[in-house]
Amino acid sequence: MSSQPVVSVRTYALVFASLLFLTALTTTVAFVDLGKGMHEMAALTIAVCKAVLVILYFMHVRYSDRLTWVFVGAGFFWLLILIGGTMDDVLTRPQLSPSTASVPAQAYPR
Amino acid sequence: MSKVEAFRQHHFEDVEQQHEASWLGMWVFLATEVMFFGGMFACYFVYRHWYLQAFASASNHLDVLLGGINTAVLICSSFTMALAVHSAETARRKPLIAFLLLTIVLGLLFLGIKFYEYHTKFEEHLVPGSSFRFEASLARPAEIFFSFYFAMTGMHAVHMIIGIGLLTALIFKARRGRFSAAYHTPVELTGLYWHFVDIVWIFLFPLLYLVGRHL
Repeated sequence: MSSQPVVSVRTYALVFASLLFLTALTTTVAFVDLGKGMHEMAALTIAVCKAVLVILYFMHVRYSDRLTWVFVGAGFFWLLILIGGTMDDVLTRPQLSPSTASVPAQAYPR
Repeated sequence: MSKVEAFRQHHFEDVEQQHEASWLGMWVFLATEVMFFGGMFACYFVYRHWYLQAFASASNHLDVLLGGINTAVLICSSFTMALAVHSAETARRKPLIAFLLLTIVLGLLFLGIKFYEYHTKFEEHLVPGSSFRFEASLARPAEIFFSFYFAMTGMHAVHMIIGIGLLTALIFKARRGRFSAAYHTPVELTGLYWHFVDIVWIFLFPLLYLVGRHL
């Protein structure tokens, strides 16, 4: 919005440095054995942190009005429904009908 | 009529309203882009859950160094884009043009590295299709992984190319002195687009390049 304050170069530089640091961190962590399921958690948590930094500062959302927050939030909320709903089905299906428990063998017909 | 008013289109009450409409409109567009890429990410999660081992094994055939460098290049380009918007806000035309150019150069560097990676994949027979070769027991699901790899990074690259086109148009406009501290909406909105494309890569990098590294 034009009522937004001009974000200082210093802020941009700090965000930039944080993003590079988090990239190095996520790459390093990927090579360490953290235990089952933890790599996905670590990778996605760091990616979400980076995305939030970009959205809040580079994309000025932190300095924007409530309506912008609603628009931005709606996009990611629906993404959460899309992925959450899909994975909810995929992950729990084996418990509901054991016959389809394993990987669909016909998923890639030869 | 003030200088700012000169940029007002007749169907808006004032420049403030005009700017708000553009700003929110861009965010609506980006929300549809989130859905667009989100569909591919959702599919990726499902297939990765089904073929965990093959995805990890196939992922290890990607070059993590090049992927990491490209991530850094893209973050640098987002930084220069943010500085371009800052220059526009403070009405400094020369830095604006310089930062827009720098963003384009970094974008092209990213695409160049990506092109080299694609080229390597063709040489290594890792492109899905009749010439695809992989450890026999995992070949089919690995092919699925590479289908995701090319579809997702390919769509991302298309967005980069469009972004570079938009930045080029901005440079021509900036040279003609079209932007001022009061009016620089196109620079601001192209910035939003560019940062969005950066965010997509922020998720693609760990999901495609890093998921199988510890194995």
